[in-house]
Amino acid sequence: MTLSFALIALLTVVAALAAMLLRNLVHCALAMVVAFVGIAAAFLNLDAQFVGFAQILVYVGAVTILIVFAVLLTRGGLAPERSLFSTSWVWGGGVALAVFATLAWAIRQSVIRDRQPLPEPDVTVKQIGEALMTRFVLPLEVIGLLLTAALIGAVIIAMKEAPAGGKREKESADLEEPGNPPSVMPPPTPEGGLS
Amino acid sequence: MLGKGIIKGLAETARNFFGSFVSERRLTTVPYPDARQPLAENTRQFPFLVYDGDDWEQGLRCVACQICEKECPPQCIYIVKSKDKKPDYKGQMQFYPAVFDIDLAVCMSCQICVEVCPFESIKMDTEFELSTADRFGGLLFHKKQLAKPNAHYHRIHPTDAAASDAVLAAEKAKQEAKARAAAEAKAKAAAPAPVAPPPSAS
Amino acid sequence: MFPRRLSVFILRQTLAAYFGGLGFYMTDALDQIFVTTKQFLVAFLAGLFPPAWQPLATLLISAVVMVAAIIGVFATLFAITTVLERKGLGRMQNRHGPNRVGIPFTQIRLAGFGQPAADGIKALIKEDVVPVAADKVVHFLAPVVMVVPVILAYAVLPVGRNMVALDLDAGVLFFFAVGGAVELAVFMAGWSSRNKYALLGAMRAIAQMISYEIPLILAAVPVIMIARSLSTTGIIAAQAGQAGFLPAWFVFTPWGFAGFVLFMIAATAESNRSPFDLPEGESELVAGYFTEYSGFKFALFFLAEYLGLFVISGLAITLFLGGWHAPFPWLAWLPSWFWFFVKLLGLIFVFIWLRGTLPRLRLDQLMNFAWKFLLPLTLINLLTVAVWHYLSASGWRWAVCVLMVIVPYVALGRGLWGHRRVRKRVYRYAE
Repeated sequence: MTLSFALIALLTVVAALAAMLLRNLVHCALAMVVAFVGIAAAFLNLDAQFVGFAQILVYVGAVTILIVFAVLLTRGGLAPERSLFSTSWVWGGGVALAVFATLAWAIRQSVIRDRQPLPEPDVTVKQIGEALMTRFVLPLEVIGLLLTAALIGAVIIAMKEAPAGGKREKESADLEEPGNPPSVMPPPTPEGGLS
Repeated sequence: MLGKGIIKGLAETARNFFGSFVSERRLTTVPYPDARQPLAENTRQFPFLVYDGDDWEQGLRCVACQICEKECPPQCIYIVKSKDKKPDYKGQMQFYPAVFDIDLAVCMSCQICVEVCPFESIKMDTEFELSTADRFGGLLFHKKQLAKPNAHYHRIHPTDAAASDAVLAAEKAKQEAKARAAAEAKAKAAAPAPVAPPPSAS
Repeated sequence: MFPRRLSVFILRQTLAAYFGGLGFYMTDALDQIFVTTKQFLVAFLAGLFPPAWQPLATLLISAVVMVAAIIGVFATLFAITTVLERKGLGRMQNRHGPNRVGIPFTQIRLAGFGQPAADGIKALIKEDVVPVAADKVVHFLAPVVMVVPVILAYAVLPVGRNMVALDLDAGVLFFFAVGGAVELAVFMAGWSSRNKYALLGAMRAIAQMISYEIPLILAAVPVIMIARSLSTTGIIAAQAGQAGFLPAWFVFTPWGFAGFVLFMIAATAESNRSPFDLPEGESELVAGYFTEYSGFKFALFFLAEYLGLFVISGLAITLFLGGWHAPFPWLAWLPSWFWFFVKLLGLIFVFIWLRGTLPRLRLDQLMNFAWKFLLPLTLINLLTVAVWHYLSASGWRWAVCVLMVIVPYVALGRGLWGHRRVRKRVYRYAE
């Protein structure tokens, strides 16, 4: 274990703990960003450039923003005034311990420990691309199909239902017409959802 | 085709961009403190007080009638009437303003004071470079700062000043005619009891 | 006469460049002057350390020198650009731009180029107001988080031959990855201010940036497919030489031209510039997500915005405009960094030109444009580049690919905007 790995691991673990324990939802999300960056740094520490940058691009650039957006659109960033500890904690802790014990046992028993560490492979992006396009092309396509299906599903759920008469809904491009009344904004609530 | 309008717009701005380097006439602005655009004749900024002759205190047309003070919508004019009198341009004895202040920070340049003034004594100035570092007193103009000669009025608003002069000349002529008539009447009928002519207000 | 003397000079330099000799070495030395300076500086400074520390010291000093150079050069460019932009916009509106500020206490005016110094001093000594209700830590961190990724992105930008700070194998991916962190900074700024305008501006900005990041990346993918490399230097190397009488830049191919235009549109939106400057639409949102920032924090946002503009223009140059390559071989005697900065200034002018021309879009127009127009076109462009790759070089290939670019463009343009009944707008005024 090198010093750089120790630092990265410490950062990641502390950020992950903060993401769980902080009271403010937005702070939690930001702490999670730090954890993601820590994981990406761990990848980079292993010379896995592609995975590291993809980790940042996908998790920091997209997933966290999505979470943050969901937090913003659904509720204020205020934490509920509840106690952090509850009875379900005991159960949760028990389950976590059991899972950890199982995993640890499995890893300790596995053959990985006996194997000699391989010489560091020099993996370029090109090799990753070639592997994805030849050996792993079927999984790639299946995942692509799955994600496309999820995308279309989300669009269908979000789409407004067409009126019964079959009349197509006016598109927003028609707003240029002079007679079209502007869409009505809901009146702002006293709290306004801002916090 | 989509994008035609954007190309047209880009061509227009490019023409302006290069044209402004080539022809000075295109430029709508001037580098201000060095070059100035001529002011329009009916420009108005803030009021000033007109005086005739050379002495600003003696020649001040204002007779402290306080109409403008009462009419001023934002009430930026403050006048204190004098105790004594001084002769006006017609030679009549009139009051004069002991204090005449206008707070230019409050004035809204509505020109109502000019319209209500029966003595052609308050007019609108074109001076606009009045910035000052003193927030409270810097824009409170006193009588001395407000008084400007009739020549200044002629310079900034020639047409209005000529009209104003004509009104005053007509008043003076009327006054003189009346005085002459009164003198003649007095001379003609020296025997009957003399009738004092009512003092003309204007 | 000056032009004739210039042409003679060009001819002589061209001959020198072709036939070697002293001229060749001079131009080469000029081309690599910054590289050799850096090497000299690093060697000199590392020599001050004890021998055992020298490898580490060399590494550190080299990094510091490059970072200092990048920040120094591009911050200066930022200062100059702010003035040039205001002047250019003024000229487009038939005004003189700012031409007053020069050296204080003298009559020297420098044609207004003292303005950035005055602005900088003002930003530094201005009071730093933090709202009482603001989340202090996040409010403080937001400008920092905004600037850091933008400067990181410069690491993979080659500004000349052998002039790249970090020649990564996955350079373009690195660029887009760190670009994603900007959205986070925007969110932090908007949320922590506890101001409705800031929050609305941040939400608009994030929605816009996410929407336009997809066409941005997809417009860059064809280049990666043809160049067979994710590294920025590799992509530039793929654009060396001539194709016919034109340079072999990707912009001079049908798919490259389409990709370049799409990339530039998405880049305009990504850097929040007019006509896509809704996040900071001052007529409706005060200043958007940095409403509650003043003083130097505001200056940092401003700096990050312009640095982001430069770096994304630099990437457009790298991907489509041949990077630091000279347009013609007989102009290659001019140094490579000169060509990079000429192209960069050209693209900056295009951005200013667009800002001076186009009005701001509405939010629904913005979203429709990204998802219904740019995204399909970028996807079709991927197909075009595949066709280009598999057809042999001939007039046929050109014809097919040009059709594949133009037909979807016209069809989508018609489909999106054609059906709308455009009639003369009737204005009614109060009687």
